[in-house]
Amino acid sequence: MALPAGRPRPEPTPETRHFWDGTKAGELRLQRCQACEKTYFPPRPFCPACGSREVSVFAASGRATLHSYVIHHRKVPGFEPPYAIAVVELEEGPRMMTNIVDCAQTPEALQLNMQLEVAFTPMDDEITLPLFRPAQGGAA
Amino acid sequence: MSIAPGSIAIVGAAESTRIGSVPDMSQIMLHADAALNAMADAGLKPGDIDGVACTGAMMTQQLAHYLGITPKWVDGTSVGGCSFMLHVRHAAAAIHAGYCDTVLITHGESGKSRINATPRPPEPQSLNGQFEAPFGPFGPPTLFPIPVLRYMKTYGVTHEQLAMVAVVQREWAAMNPRAAQRDPITVDDVLNSRMIAYPFRLLQCCLVTDGGGALILTRADRAKDFPQKPAYILGTGESVETNMISQMEDFTSSRAFRVAGPEAFRSAGISHADVDHLMIYDAFAHLPLYGLEDLGFVGRGEAGAFIEARNTAPGGKLPLNTNGGGLSYTHTGMYGMFALQESVRQVRGTAPAQVPDVDISVCHGVGGMFSASGTIILGRERP
Repeated sequence: MALPAGRPRPEPTPETRHFWDGTKAGELRLQRCQACEKTYFPPRPFCPACGSREVSVFAASGRATLHSYVIHHRKVPGFEPPYAIAVVELEEGPRMMTNIVDCAQTPEALQLNMQLEVAFTPMDDEITLPLFRPAQGGAA
Repeated sequence: MSIAPGSIAIVGAAESTRIGSVPDMSQIMLHADAALNAMADAGLKPGDIDGVACTGAMMTQQLAHYLGITPKWVDGTSVGGCSFMLHVRHAAAAIHAGYCDTVLITHGESGKSRINATPRPPEPQSLNGQFEAPFGPFGPPTLFPIPVLRYMKTYGVTHEQLAMVAVVQREWAAMNPRAAQRDPITVDDVLNSRMIAYPFRLLQCCLVTDGGGALILTRADRAKDFPQKPAYILGTGESVETNMISQMEDFTSSRAFRVAGPEAFRSAGISHADVDHLMIYDAFAHLPLYGLEDLGFVGRGEAGAFIEARNTAPGGKLPLNTNGGGLSYTHTGMYGMFALQESVRQVRGTAPAQVPDVDISVCHGVGGMFSASGTIILGRERP
């Protein structure tokens, strides 16, 4: 299933390529500092906590909780209102912006702290977005 | 080494001749119109100005040439709507250091009519373009309120309290003939206005207008030679956090606020009890709450009840956003200049909704979506 056309398309850079290769391969790739063990996002080839360039890439669990959101009520290209623009907190700590799928886009259905899991959703042959859906049981 | 409080003063301050809908002026002319008004306010000509600050790529040189100024100091700091607070801070330092004597800071924005306006597309290779834009934010109303639900859940703040912010500011606007929206509104009116981006409705989002403003700064020892009462700069602060709201370290508090605000109080050598008047940039209804808490006027989670109890309303103990704010007065896109103009008016004693005996005014700005901050503290007397 591909997303409707019109959504702004990310263009990977040398520093973020591993992340977008990961979503295409079905992995949510984060980075961890070898020196201070900080796990961070968005991608960069050094640790924002201590400045070390010794960092590794690893696959996150894909489990997250709903941290906050708005529900946009106006039509914009690529989206059918109302739709939630959400920020989720990954099990590993970092937060990221995303959309919540397989869930009514209402305040009643979208409860803060609800358990979520990543839903890799292709935009096209190159780009797959990490969206999230309510956890299907067995989540942390 | 720091600047002694009151060493530098604002000796000229004015807005563009008209604000709101100004379809007959391009953006650079809004800058110039405000600049000419501020120079008239201070009794100065372009040849008297030797420092220029404004926002925008290559804009200082456009503006200096347009106005016929030969600056020996320029500042193009562009961190969003609080850029002007940072310009004031940087200009004070430059004057103190002897780099220049008389600085003009301008703002002009054709936010509504969009004549020669600055486009702001997210670059698809930027971090915002890769990690926020694909998920459907479309301008500030979809981004700035993202932390609000977390804040409400953490502290039990209610929709009614967030509606009251707009109600109280409309009361101030009703006393201001230049305010765009002056008709009284109720909490029910706010909660029944059109949904924009839940939890915020139309009346909790700022206006979109045209307008400009300008300030002129010089050394305090010259300040009494000008036609208007000087507004002395007592303290200043600035910071930035992140340009991605999803990456704010705490959704219930702004780190940039927590750096800029306390530094301004420290450098001014004042306490909260000394503050007679307060401006907190209100692009959306939650900003005064974050500002009141992050600047330390109230404890964590107390700002909603504080506003609901009318402490910031006309007659309250902490008059806040007395021009009506970005919600009811005007909001060109970078509103911080208008907050500074109101602080100057209150310290001069010339505001439309004048608070009695304002000795000290605190003016706190935000830039981007919680991405930057600047705080300026003005005084009626030189300490």
